This record gives sequence, C-alpha cells and structure tokens, in this order.
Amino acid sequence: MVVKSTNKYTLQRRKVVHRILEDRGDAAVVTGIGNAVHDVASANDDPKNMYLAGIMGGAAMVAFGVALAQPKRRILVITGDGELLAGIGSLATIGVEQPKNLSIIVIDNQAYGATGNQHTHTGRGVDLVGIAAASGFKKTALITTNAELEAELQHIHNQPGPYFAVVKVMSKTSPRINAPKDGTYVSRRFRAAVTGESA
Amino acid sequence: MVNKKSKTWHWSQDVHQLFKKIGIKQIAYVPDGGLAKLLERVQADKSMRSVVLTTEEEGVAQMAGAWLGGQRGVLLTQSGGVGNCINMLSMMQECRIPLLSLVSMRGEWGEQYPWQVPMGQSTIPALEAAKVIVHHVDQAEKVPETVAAAAKLAFDANRAVAVVLSQRIAGSGGQG
Amino acid sequence: MATKKKTDWSKDVFKVLKNADVKQVAYVPDAGHTSLIKMAIADNAIKPVSLTSEQEGVAVLSGAWLGGEAGALLMQSSGVGNVINMLGMANECRFPLLMLVTMRGEWGEFNPWQVPMGQATEAVLEAAGVIVHRVDEPSEIAETVEAAARLAFEGGRMVAVLIGQRVVGFKDWTK
Repeated sequence: MVVKSTNKYTLQRRKVVHRILEDRGDAAVVTGIGNAVHDVASANDDPKNMYLAGIMGGAAMVAFGVALAQPKRRILVITGDGELLAGIGSLATIGVEQPKNLSIIVIDNQAYGATGNQHTHTGRGVDLVGIAAASGFKKTALITTNAELEAELQHIHNQPGPYFAVVKVMSKTSPRINAPKDGTYVSRRFRAAVTGESA
Repeated sequence: MVNKKSKTWHWSQDVHQLFKKIGIKQIAYVPDGGLAKLLERVQADKSMRSVVLTTEEEGVAQMAGAWLGGQRGVLLTQSGGVGNCINMLSMMQECRIPLLSLVSMRGEWGEQYPWQVPMGQSTIPALEAAKVIVHHVDQAEKVPETVAAAAKLAFDANRAVAVVLSQRIAGSGGQG
Repeated sequence: MATKKKTDWSKDVFKVLKNADVKQVAYVPDAGHTSLIKMAIADNAIKPVSLTSEQEGVAVLSGAWLGGEAGALLMQSSGVGNVINMLGMANECRFPLLMLVTMRGEWGEFNPWQVPMGQATEAVLEAAGVIVHRVDEPSEIAETVEAAARLAFEGGRMVAVLIGQRVVGFKDWTK
C-alpha cells in the first residue's frame, strides 16, 4: 500500500465545478471543507454560497436543513469524498427523508487533499454511488467524462431529487484563492440572500 | 396552561405548545425513552417536520441548515448522543448559529446500567467545553419555562443552548 | 520549523510505539502525523487502519486490546470531538487507549474554523475521563509518548498526548 494517492482519472475538479455552477440559476450551494471551498468560490463568490471551511462530515446535512427550509429552491452540495465519508450516515437519513430539491455532488479525487493526498476509502473500493442508490436516492450517477457530466446537468439542477453524483477527478488540485473564511460573515450573507430577510 | 398537579399532565404538552408558538419547523432526533412523549406529539403535528437521524451530529448540521434557510428547529437527543456532536458544535460557535437542543439524561439519577454512567457524567462538562450554554432541570414542572428561556437565548441571542433533562424526571430508563 | 525536526520526533515516537509492542495503528490523516503514518504503513509488523471518522478508531483499538494487541490512534484535535461518546465504552470497560493528537486551532492558526474545537480539545478529553499529557517541545515528545504508553497499557487507562501546533506547524499541501 502506498501513502500518496494518484488515480487514472482525467477530469479537472475546478472545471467540473465551474461547469455545474454555470447552470445554477438561483440555487443555493453548500460546500465541504478544503478544495471544494476554492472550487466553488473561484467560480463566483455568490452570496448564496455557504462555505463550510472547517468541518468534516456536515455538508450534506446542513444542505438538507436548508432544503427543508427552502423547498422551492434547489440546494446543491459540492463536497469531497473524504468529507462525505466522515458523515456517511447522512446518506441514509437523506434517503429516508427524500428532499426533492437536494443534489449532492461529490468531487472524488480518492484522497485527503488537504493533508497530503493520503488514500480515502473511495480509492480502495468503496462505491459511494452504490451506497446512495441503496439508501434510496431518486437518481444517482458516476461521472468520469465531460459527456457524462453534460448529460447529468438537467438532473442536478432540474429533475426531482434527492440526487447524488460522484465525479471522479484527477488528484492534482487547482490553486487556492482568497475565499471568505469568516463563518459569521458567510452564514449571515447566505441567510439574507436565500430568505430575503436580514439575518 | 394545564394544571400541573393533574395526573394527566406531562411536560411534553407544554413544550410542544411552546414549539408551535415560537415557530419551530424542524425536529431532528435520535429516539430516546425520556423524550418519547414529546416525540409522539411533534410527530403527530403537521406544522413541523420530524427527521430521524443515524447519529446526533447530523442533527447539529441540519439545525445549522434550518437556520441558514430561515427556519427554526430543535435537536432532541439522549445524553449519549452529546458525545457524538462535539466537533460539529464547533460550527455553531464559529458561525454563531443558534442551536436549541433538549438532552434527556442517562447515567445519573438512579441509573442501573453501568455503561451509561461514563457518558452521562461527561455530558455537561463536554457541552460546556464546547461552549454550549447548559440549563439543567430536574423537576417536570420546571421543564416548560426552562425550554422557553433557552429558546430565547438560542434564537434571540444567537447562542447554542442545551436543556438537560435530568433522569429524575424521566425515570431510570430502559435496559440499554 | 525545519522538516528534519518533524521527521526526527516522528522517528523517535515510532520507536517508542514499537517498543510498546503496538501492532495496530488507526488514523485519520493529518499533516502533522504524515511521517508517523508512513512508518506505520511501511512496517510489516503493524496493521495500519485508515478511518472515515475517528470514533471508528476508538472501537478498533478496543477490539485490538480484546484480541490481545496494543494499538495507537493518531488524529488531529478536531477528531477528538468525534470520539467522546465512543470513549464511554473504553472508560466503562477500562480498556487501555493511547491517542496521539496533533493540535490545530491554537499556536498561529490561520483557519478560524479550527479554533473552537482546538480550544475545547483538552477540556472535552478530560470531561470524558481521559488523562491528558500535553507537549510543546519536539525533544520531549518521545518520552511523553513513552510515559503515556506505559500509563495506557500497563496502568490500564485512556491517555492522550496532545502535540502542540507550535511543534507540528501547518504545511498547506495544496500549495
């Protein structure tokens, strides 16, 4: 077993995230920790982005809470494989609850990118798409090419969910940007933007 | 307000009415005997959505999302579940997101099951270490007013607050 | 902080773990533990177990002890917040437990989200009945782990060694 993870995939995470967000419309986005923050913030620092810049395993359930509170709006989760694995039970809860307006997109580089690219379980055989499907997600997908990504966009943004996709990406990351990291600022900005009220 | 001396009165009646009054829309919980009556009431109430969790930290995250989306929620958990939330609670502190939770105690008053004792005895210190404000209540009559005060502190003063319901109120609980 | 220094203490700590007959090393990756994890993986006598969440590690090492082996759990301070309930088992059954925790959210931290859990780490461990040894000098880490291992495996206690952020620093691997 090697420590550093490398993989055979060719999609670039940042391009994938930017392509998905191009079609976001008025969707709200909750990110996981690490690269996901920078991938989303570099597309556009939209006030309807909540960057969970420092917590593992919470992105899916934070988005679920927003999805219940904002049933007419699409809520997207953009997170990494390590972050999702740290709260893997969330998939069972969301599968049971069936929020129609929630889409979870896992940018899967099969590694803990922020700590030195050590393997996560997805690089060692764990099939997140299978877990989501078995938990009752309405639609699931494994995306490894641009063509597959294009075909899934309508499901991500428009079709009734809960939706779950894993996008396999190369391990190389893109540069970090100066994303907002003050939680009180981003949370109040987000809340005001999605509710129309001052937080 | 119901006559609290009445044999049929249970604190969960008043707490449920309080939840309605202050606009609670999301209830997240892991089932527990001490909270069973309250859970029955909120589950039967169509004005609030009850969500069963696989582990309590999911509920902390859901409550953050509820607030971000403009709704109020309550997290209901047994004291053991508090030990599953500590890291996630750091998000509430860092973002100053309100959290109202009701914690039914095990491992204290008259506990017969030894495995509950370590976490029960750690519950309040662990919450306080995680900067959650704790209101401990050990008489049924005082539960509604304590929850009402905690809700104000949570939603009006933007704090994470736990109402810890003593095992004295619920009885010494089940087998596990 | 020189990288050499970091490797040096890891080497000494690894020797201590070997001397304590540690056979299972469970971990959630952290930059501060990189060298130690590498050595554990490279050593054929040690079974490395990567975890999705730190509480799995407390359970794995309880099993290790039940099965007759010693183990160590390596994690970052935020992971401490994920193990509190599972520690109730180790406490109740008086399982020995050795944890090496690299600190975040303190000395020179740049990510504000790390601060609440970092500041709560020692207090919640103590609330859960864990004996805490804190070390901020690279030269004292190995001896501290050695004492902690003895207290854990021979004294039959849960012991955590907190390695200060001053020692491990923080390397941003993406830069």
